[in-house]
Amino acid sequence: MIIERQKMSWWERLYLPAIIGGFKVSLRHFFRKKVTMQYPEQRWVVPPGYRGAPYLVRDQDGNTKCVSCQLCEFVCPPKAIKITPPGPAGPPADRPNAEKMPREFEINMLRCIFCGYCQEVCPEEAIFLMKDYSLIGASREEMIYNKEKLLALGGVHQDKIKKWQQKAQEARAQGQKP
Amino acid sequence: MTMSTANPTPSPSTPPPADTLQVRVNGKAVEVPRTMPDPVSGKPVPTTMIQACFTAGVMVPHYCYHPKLPVAGNCRMCLVEFGTPALGPDRKPILNPDGAPRITKSPRPAIACATPVSPGMEIYTDTPAVKQMRESVLEFLLINHPLDCPICDKAGECKLQEYSEDHGEAQSRFVEPKVHKPKRVDLGPRIVLDDERCILCTRCIRFTRDIVGDDALGLVNRGSYSTLTAYPGRPFDNNYTLNTVDICPVGALTSKDFRFQMRVWFLKETPSLCTSCATGCNIVIGSREDRIYRYEPRENEAVNACWMCDYGRLNYAWIGRADRLTEIRGPQAAGQAPAPGWTPILREISGKLRQAAAGSVAIIASARQTNEELYLLAKLAKKLGALTDSVPRMGEGDRLLLNADRNPNSAGARLTGIAATPMGANLPKIAEGIRAGTIKTLLVVGEEVTRLGLGADLLARLETLIVSDILPNETTRRAHYLLPGCAHAEKRGTFTNARGRVQKFMKAVEPRGDARPEWEFLHELALQVAGPDGCQSLEGLFNQMARDLPAFAGLTWAGLGNQGATLRSEP
Repeated sequence: MIIERQKMSWWERLYLPAIIGGFKVSLRHFFRKKVTMQYPEQRWVVPPGYRGAPYLVRDQDGNTKCVSCQLCEFVCPPKAIKITPPGPAGPPADRPNAEKMPREFEINMLRCIFCGYCQEVCPEEAIFLMKDYSLIGASREEMIYNKEKLLALGGVHQDKIKKWQQKAQEARAQGQKP
Repeated sequence: MTMSTANPTPSPSTPPPADTLQVRVNGKAVEVPRTMPDPVSGKPVPTTMIQACFTAGVMVPHYCYHPKLPVAGNCRMCLVEFGTPALGPDRKPILNPDGAPRITKSPRPAIACATPVSPGMEIYTDTPAVKQMRESVLEFLLINHPLDCPICDKAGECKLQEYSEDHGEAQSRFVEPKVHKPKRVDLGPRIVLDDERCILCTRCIRFTRDIVGDDALGLVNRGSYSTLTAYPGRPFDNNYTLNTVDICPVGALTSKDFRFQMRVWFLKETPSLCTSCATGCNIVIGSREDRIYRYEPRENEAVNACWMCDYGRLNYAWIGRADRLTEIRGPQAAGQAPAPGWTPILREISGKLRQAAAGSVAIIASARQTNEELYLLAKLAKKLGALTDSVPRMGEGDRLLLNADRNPNSAGARLTGIAATPMGANLPKIAEGIRAGTIKTLLVVGEEVTRLGLGADLLARLETLIVSDILPNETTRRAHYLLPGCAHAEKRGTFTNARGRVQKFMKAVEPRGDARPEWEFLHELALQVAGPDGCQSLEGLFNQMARDLPAFAGLTWAGLGNQGATLRSEP
């Protein structure tokens, strides 16, 4: 199929009207409010519900909430999470009746796609997608965040339920060792 | 009545008094035997509804019922509805207008695991009432269950989880505090008990009492406070304790060895065999990322039923040992580059073997090698006129599964002609031959010969010492040629157990470093020394062995299936 090229009119062939039109657009934007930011000095306000980097959290008593159930490792689509369970001789959990705590917890931030499945699947509310969107490292190894780093970055989560503490209290009330 | 007495000979229309009877499961007619052997005594006992349902291919959820244990009937999960043919005053079935017997539905449900079937019985497992009963039973079972699945080792293979998913309700209506019971109870050297998770099905109690004969476990207290416990002051310690972990439908009994090691849904399951004795228990290897986490028994009626012993189950850590042999090594002159790899070294070895004078070679092959490997070695030995033997390995057996012969393939070593009679009888002759200088080349596969009368001084007399092994020892250190081999979990093959059952095992993890399955390099050696044999794969090798050796006649690799096949003659 051949498409006939439309002949330009005399007015169009002048070009000047088009140039003036372009300048008009530039001039209009020149007096508008600026939308660009001086990143990184200026930072964007991250909206609530934003899915940034996943970090581990501690509860208000400073206990690691993760119990190493490995559901996030299982559900993670890009296999960014790697958990080393404690094994029979591992370090005791922060909350003794929670029994388990990961020996190591690694998230490869280069693999992470920030989908939020880990947060959704976590039965302990121990991992949350926070507001960090700019993750920087000088090497690949540096981009694999370990348990210590993830806990430090994640901070404290106000745990309203405290199910392990509740269980322990209930057991003690019945004269059992939790 | 009058008719049947008048006609004493059975009319052709009445079925003969066969030992089967017909029942209907959800409308599907199924023929079941009148009696089935009792799992413990073996005596015939009436067939139950649950067995009829399984014969019909209908799954009935159950906790306390186990096909290999005596029936307890305490969990109530297998409740079903049923009906029997209505009988008239003359004790004859009342017929519907269409000629079919009229069924009177029982007003109450019955537990399928303990109710015998009767002729013409109809069992219903999918009625709304049955569904409601399952839901209610589960609700009761979950009342005191701690729901700590995130920290429970059973999660992922827990029947309580599975049935809650299939038959339970999403919401709990229970608002009172749960009954708390002892947690992390040290039941014995290999078992941890969490009493809160226990649903009191008593499978473990029945197993250890009736199968093992060690009446160590029991329930104490009553009602909601019923608690599983071991006899006070006595640890739960027999050689079969870990089977209770397998049959526990929840995470009450957990293995100390597997505790908090890995979530079960990550484990790749490979059908394999236990190599710790000549019984050859069928197992499943659970591995992830080339690390073995556990062995579990795999059902095989002809060998181990559903069980395996703790000794065999926990004997896997050596496969992952850090000091495994991973490098192939040839004789190194000073200043020479490191060993050049498999192909040149095998060529060098086969060259030496070809030039060896008849009778100057001896082969000591472990009865832990597979049938195929021993067959290849026997072929080499025949070609070279070599003296061969295996090494007996005896321990204490028991009346259940553990065999006194701790080699997994002693029968294979005898049938392929590698082992002398009795096994080990040729070892002094080999030692004598080396001392006298008639034996100049020794091929050792998988044995530490310095402990068997072939000390370092004798090995030093050899012109060529070819050793294949898995872990380093005195013999491998003295080897001129060291060929790193594979554990059974890293290769495929077959073993012949003490009762002459040939069973195959599959590869679960990758071999490390240079290590290669023994059958691969032995096959290559056999090709170079004895000429081509017309097969390439392990399957072909097995089939060729079955054609060659009369003992294995009639077997094929494919014909072994998952459960193995028994030799025609006892080994």
